[in-house]
Amino acid sequence: MKILVMVKQVPDTATRIRVGGDGASIASDGIKWVINPYDEFAIEEALQIRERLHGEVVVVSVGPQRVEEAIRQTLAMGVDRGVHVKTDVALDSYQAAAALAAVARQETFDLILTGKQAVDDDAAQVGPLMSVLLEVPQVTVVLKLSINPDTQRLIAERELEGAIEVVELPYPAVITAQRGLNEPRYPTLPNIMKAKKKEIRVELLESLGIDVVPKVRITALTEPPARPVAKILTGDPLEAAEQLVNLLHHEAKVL
Amino acid sequence: MDNNRTLGQRLDDFYGLEQQLSSEETQIRDAVRRFVDAEVRPHAGEWWQAGTFPTDLIPKLAELGVFGPTLPEQYGGLELSPIAYGLMMQELERGDSGLRSFASVQSGLAMYAIYRYGSEEQKTRYLPEMARGHIIGCFGLTEPDAGSDPAAMRSVAKSVPGGVKITGVKRWITNGNLAKIAIVWAKDDTGTIRGYIVRTDAMGFAAKHITTKASMRMSVTSELYLDEVFVPEDHILPLSRGLGSPLGCLTQARYGIAWGTVGAALDCLNEAALYAKSRIAFGKPIAATQLIQERLVDMLSLTVDMQLKALQLGRLYETGVMRYPHVSLAKRDNARAALVVARMAREILGGNGISVDYGPIRHMANLETVDTYEGTYEVHTLIVGRDLVEENAF
Repeated sequence: MKILVMVKQVPDTATRIRVGGDGASIASDGIKWVINPYDEFAIEEALQIRERLHGEVVVVSVGPQRVEEAIRQTLAMGVDRGVHVKTDVALDSYQAAAALAAVARQETFDLILTGKQAVDDDAAQVGPLMSVLLEVPQVTVVLKLSINPDTQRLIAERELEGAIEVVELPYPAVITAQRGLNEPRYPTLPNIMKAKKKEIRVELLESLGIDVVPKVRITALTEPPARPVAKILTGDPLEAAEQLVNLLHHEAKVL
Repeated sequence: MDNNRTLGQRLDDFYGLEQQLSSEETQIRDAVRRFVDAEVRPHAGEWWQAGTFPTDLIPKLAELGVFGPTLPEQYGGLELSPIAYGLMMQELERGDSGLRSFASVQSGLAMYAIYRYGSEEQKTRYLPEMARGHIIGCFGLTEPDAGSDPAAMRSVAKSVPGGVKITGVKRWITNGNLAKIAIVWAKDDTGTIRGYIVRTDAMGFAAKHITTKASMRMSVTSELYLDEVFVPEDHILPLSRGLGSPLGCLTQARYGIAWGTVGAALDCLNEAALYAKSRIAFGKPIAATQLIQERLVDMLSLTVDMQLKALQLGRLYETGVMRYPHVSLAKRDNARAALVVARMAREILGGNGISVDYGPIRHMANLETVDTYEGTYEVHTLIVGRDLVEENAF
């Protein structure tokens, strides 16, 4: 079983995001970069599949130099090796999917796993686009995955609003992971040390024949409106309650 | 303002030292921190109050890789760099000084003594098992009447056919009641201090748990009684000779303290700053008052000093030019600074500060031990003083 896991490096969800000077990107100074949390479920699933069925898990990530650190972190979780598609250009979802699909074609695969979306732009495009580009079936927002290597088929459970959908499909295929698929492991120190010796192959975006001019361009980013200052009611509880009802009725208009 | 970063990130790395660390070092630090956050922090106050060390953590700590991490792979180590090891100590002590002490004694004292002064056979027999946490070790140097002056020890190892018989008392021995082996230092027939690997189930060996501590309560501390305990020839550490041998081990452990105390200070600083931002008095958060800001900045300043000292000590170690007075200065200053930071944090927390529901009072009480053990503040002052002016004032 050869599994490719597509991983994106995103700002830590605890980081306070600010719009950069150009008004169309985020200020990157001081940002702590992490692996997209949904991709961590994909990595964990791949590692568990490898533990059951053997084979190889390869992580692929696109981005600037800093992305190497995210790849190393996946190697420390137990991934066998990495491919880093290097570029300093900010890509749109299609370009990213095209670059990852190009690597997938070189590498060949039984399964591609990735997060259902990246928590930075929330586009949820790369998994589905890869499936189109590679002409393989896909299942998105997967909560449970079982594999039958004898029949070369997968059974996947997807999350729907208030329901679970069970689907069956042949593989090779693209699977996007939802929270709840598993509990991602933490890297242990021995694995962090072993990760140093694992291979990260670097591919330049240009050499994959990807058009470096994005089709979708971010033209503006605005911060959410500042939260209005909270009103704190003090004094006699009875009066405060009266005031509260009054405010909820007249100002907030929720009563 | 450094607004992209969370409060915790700004406090932990005010001076941008993170950039000086390799990705492997930050990964190791973060892995240990996650472990401590998940497995230790939620229970630390409770364990501390109960005066118990959570022994079910031992296999998990072993799996994480904290026992003997700097040793070569053949002995179960990970060949961690001194700075990575330091960061590990920092994160363990962010949880509790007792947790760091447990790991410090296992790695820096017991395993290191065997690694440095042991025979090849002793190393292969004990070190991998100790790395796996199957064998816990303790280190018996201090005696009831020999603390700062270890040369005054009374424990003796008398030659007998096939080995020695050790008689003596050791006190303040971390992990004493958890240990399967004790590295015991005693004077041989010629009066020379040597190290011995003593099995704690040997006839004549007894460990008594010291239960009266108001500090370091999560750590097991014991008194060891040795009454003519037979130690076979092959359990004498062959390369140990003289007081320099145990002191060589102490240098390792003191290096770990220089880093560990940074973790305790960071935990106190974080707790105090969060509290100050959420605690309202006179209609505004106390963090918006000048007195509290001054205290927070004083705490931050001390913590940054500690971080700089620890990191530079690590660099000296990694480039092979670290001398023991360097370690003494960092142990002395960082333990004392952490204690001051913890007291200030306790103060900012007001009445809540005296409860172990919050970290600072626990850290503060622990750090009284850290300030004292592995060479008191005063002993390190005299070590550095002697180094400076080449006059022995002990």
